[in-house]
Amino acid sequence: MRYLRPLSMEDAIGMITNSAGTVAVLAGGSDLLVRMKGGFVEPDLIVDIKAIEGLSEIRETAEGFSIGAAVPCAVLGEHAALRKAWPGVVEAANLIGSKQVQGRCTIAGNLCNASPAADSVPALVAAGAKALVAGPKGNRTVPVEAIPTGPGKTSLAKGEIVREILLEKRPPRAGDAYLRFIPRTEMDIAVVSAGVNLTLDAKGAVTSARVALGAVAPTVVLVEEAAGILVGSRLDDATLEKLAKACSDACRPIDDKRGTIAFRRKVAGVLARRAAAAAYARAGGK
Amino acid sequence: MTAGFDPRYVKRDFASIGTRPLRPDGIDKVTGRARYGADFNMAGQLVGRVLRSPHAHARIRSIDTSKAEQLAGVKAVITAADLPDLTDGDAAMYDILDNCMARGKALYDGHAVAAVAAVDARTAKQALKLIAVEYEILPHVTDVDEAMMASAPVINDGVFTDGVEPKPAKPSNVAKRSQFGHGDVDAGFGQAEVIVERSFRTEQTHQGYIEPHACVASVSADGMADLWVCTQGHFVYRQHCAQLLGLEASKLRVTSSEIGGGFGGKTHVWAEPVALALSRKAGRPVKLVMTRDEVFRASGPTSATSIDVRIGARRDGTITAAEATLRYSGGAYSGAWAELGAMTAFACYGLENVRTVGFDVLVNRPKCAAYRAPSAPMAAFAVESVVDELAGRIGMNAVDFRIRNAAREGTRSSYGPVYGPIGIGPTLEAVKMHPQMQAPLKKNQGRGMACGFWFNFGGQTCSDLNIGMDGSVSLAVGTVDVGGSRASLSLVAAEELGIDYSQVRAVVADTSSLGYNDMTDGSRGTFSSSMATISAARNAIRIMRERAAQMWDIPVDEVGWEMGHAVALGEKNGNLGRLSLKEIAAASGKTGGPIAGHSELVADGAGVSFATHICDVEVDPETGATRVLRYAVVQDAGKAVHPTYVEGQYQGGAAQGIGWALNEEYIYGRDGRLQNAGFLDYRIPVCSDLPMIDTQILEIPNPNHPYGVRGVGETSIVPPLAAIANAVSNAVGVRMTHIPMSPPRILAALEAERAG
Repeated sequence: MRYLRPLSMEDAIGMITNSAGTVAVLAGGSDLLVRMKGGFVEPDLIVDIKAIEGLSEIRETAEGFSIGAAVPCAVLGEHAALRKAWPGVVEAANLIGSKQVQGRCTIAGNLCNASPAADSVPALVAAGAKALVAGPKGNRTVPVEAIPTGPGKTSLAKGEIVREILLEKRPPRAGDAYLRFIPRTEMDIAVVSAGVNLTLDAKGAVTSARVALGAVAPTVVLVEEAAGILVGSRLDDATLEKLAKACSDACRPIDDKRGTIAFRRKVAGVLARRAAAAAYARAGGK
Repeated sequence: MTAGFDPRYVKRDFASIGTRPLRPDGIDKVTGRARYGADFNMAGQLVGRVLRSPHAHARIRSIDTSKAEQLAGVKAVITAADLPDLTDGDAAMYDILDNCMARGKALYDGHAVAAVAAVDARTAKQALKLIAVEYEILPHVTDVDEAMMASAPVINDGVFTDGVEPKPAKPSNVAKRSQFGHGDVDAGFGQAEVIVERSFRTEQTHQGYIEPHACVASVSADGMADLWVCTQGHFVYRQHCAQLLGLEASKLRVTSSEIGGGFGGKTHVWAEPVALALSRKAGRPVKLVMTRDEVFRASGPTSATSIDVRIGARRDGTITAAEATLRYSGGAYSGAWAELGAMTAFACYGLENVRTVGFDVLVNRPKCAAYRAPSAPMAAFAVESVVDELAGRIGMNAVDFRIRNAAREGTRSSYGPVYGPIGIGPTLEAVKMHPQMQAPLKKNQGRGMACGFWFNFGGQTCSDLNIGMDGSVSLAVGTVDVGGSRASLSLVAAEELGIDYSQVRAVVADTSSLGYNDMTDGSRGTFSSSMATISAARNAIRIMRERAAQMWDIPVDEVGWEMGHAVALGEKNGNLGRLSLKEIAAASGKTGGPIAGHSELVADGAGVSFATHICDVEVDPETGATRVLRYAVVQDAGKAVHPTYVEGQYQGGAAQGIGWALNEEYIYGRDGRLQNAGFLDYRIPVCSDLPMIDTQILEIPNPNHPYGVRGVGETSIVPPLAAIANAVSNAVGVRMTHIPMSPPRILAALEAERAG
């Protein structure tokens, strides 16, 4: 096993493309190291991207926010402007693991680990976040939901690395929220989760909405129907009930050690309803 | 019993007992200097690793270790063939041997089948992959009720149900039937005006100690052996390891490390005989540390249960009859877990007609180990749930109903003995007055309470108390300090000698330094070792009185002992004043040499222990999530030697009970494999899951201990399952009968209720 810590993205890509065996990209390592310790993976090469210039920065640009792939989730929580613009994304990132884990883990890593239960991913999908991918053929930008393709699997080609997560600038009267269900209060993995992102008009009616569910299918489910239910509404009780039902129906969950199909279906609707109400309040809706 | 020692309780005022000094092991523990099982190292030590069965039940056709042995860096590979059967017909020891290393059949997912010792962890891991085991997979059963069916695969052909007449002709998975009780149960139910009958299930849990099993074993060419190990009982480990390996006990010295939790789970050998066998074969010391995955798959756990309870009462609140059938899984080996459940089930109550029947059942799961008041929490869950429901049906307050039926001094217990002075009534009265009972409850909130009982144990104990030349005192004890006994025993020595706590240092001595000690289980550590410490201190005082008599040149019977001083008694000695312990110690070289007090005794008369708990919860009706809002423990300690530790025991038992009640469970797949062998998916509570747990210590002296001490370690885990189940049931309006009450289970129960 070799460990390399390149200083440039070009070097990192080169190291991976030139490697014959299995390669793992290391950012925070909060998934990779646990999997290695458990004996589930034994990569031949580990490429640590934390020393690459720019990857540990959050930049606020005219378009919005660019979050480097090596920025720990705890740092997101300390970034006032980001927290104000995207509270749902930040709260999702700050639910991962424990305080100690949050000091290491990254949202790019959370995305590339491709766990169906990843906490930050439904929030990012709801937020319409994009991933800037660097690779041997140059950079490309894709919606974050295009990265995970199934549990532990991504669409990234060999040598491709998610370099930044991009979040748009917020219009006025916008808000997002993320909720997950865990049997404990912290240090756990989502049994089911929901991220909701809303924009309102001056009268408080929803003009655009994105609703994403986690841990109810092999990848995050973006519930288009739910968005349709919310747009035009002011989140009255009937709308919220319809939203809950649409979300429950959109689930394709499994029975496993963390929860049952029936439980996940029911609670997905409950959380979507509660997250929508929270996002609505954050957007200034009453 | 040490000659002349009177263990009976004598009322007195205490100087040290009941105070709360700093713990002597605190600094090292918080700075990381304390040495736990894996912290011991020896020059040239090898790394031991164990190969485990991935199958729930399989015949081992062959094991080929040749490739592993040829790998560079591998110094020994062992299988059951390297641990020949020396148990000489001792069935319990044979089970321990078989559990340490499978002999012919692997009986559960995680059962050890081979082990290696290599120069480093990487080589050892590689070597495990080179061991070829040919398995013939057999049908398995992991569920306790399914294992009792006639169609179930029989796990051990040699098991014929014990305790039934005539002895069965065919083997089965029911190892034992046990029965307790008295009176005429059928007649009792005939007198009942209200009868409640329910069936309950509890899932298997692990003790969840943070420190995995760890040891370093060293067997020398001359047959001398050493073992450094994390254990609750190094003397017991010595006996078992010596017997299994054919060593003379005195040639095997076992030193216990600090212990990162045991809760009964470190009273059984697993890795230690394997490490010794590896060291013997390799000719070098071997360190063996279990991974967390191994801890879950192969050590612990406690039983899963299926219990039926039926209780009848008159409308005036008097229970007329009670019965229970209790089925406990013991893992793949015979146990007596259901027997303990059957003994404890109704122990809180004074009943005219009572009958309990226990069935100990084999399943393809790891061999069960003791877990804090083993078997009592599940029985209490079932019984206290029905007691609560019955009180409700009669229209009586749940506390008053229990007070009416509580056992008292002179009651014949449901398991046989007649009680002396006991604390169940007083804990109930205290709960009735507890402020938590008046705290207002909001929507979706509920309150529950429940009682619990545990026997407590005394046993064999040996201690040495040495007076240093400077007058400071060393206390060597043979009971491992699991819950703060070094602090408590130092207080006892200080109390008895009449000196300050700071002048005493207690250590846990190794097996070559003291006579045999039973292990720290059965809540016996402080009870039995404090008795031995008192006895040893009194013996030392006798010697110091003799020395003072010599120094004063008066007869010894004219010398008394008061507040750390020898005092000359009688008017004629009025001018002699006092000699301090320090002065006597300083002169000891000239008055007969070192001063010590020894004690060897069997601590009989461990007083039974009772507790009553109150729990307030809030349940989210849309997700089934339960939050514990308030929790209070009221328990009889006899006499709290170090009240902070006693409170810690009360809180710890409640915390473990909360985890057990709400989320902890072994989850097996249809393939018989454990699916959640780690702390991520085996959910013990984290700090933020728990409220501050309130405690109230009652002191009803145990007549069989000089200070009135009772064991306190275990009883606190008995009521929580029931108290929380009663609280949740009251919050949601549906009787919860399956532990853990995980969110999916609560939500499913609520949905079923809504659907009618």
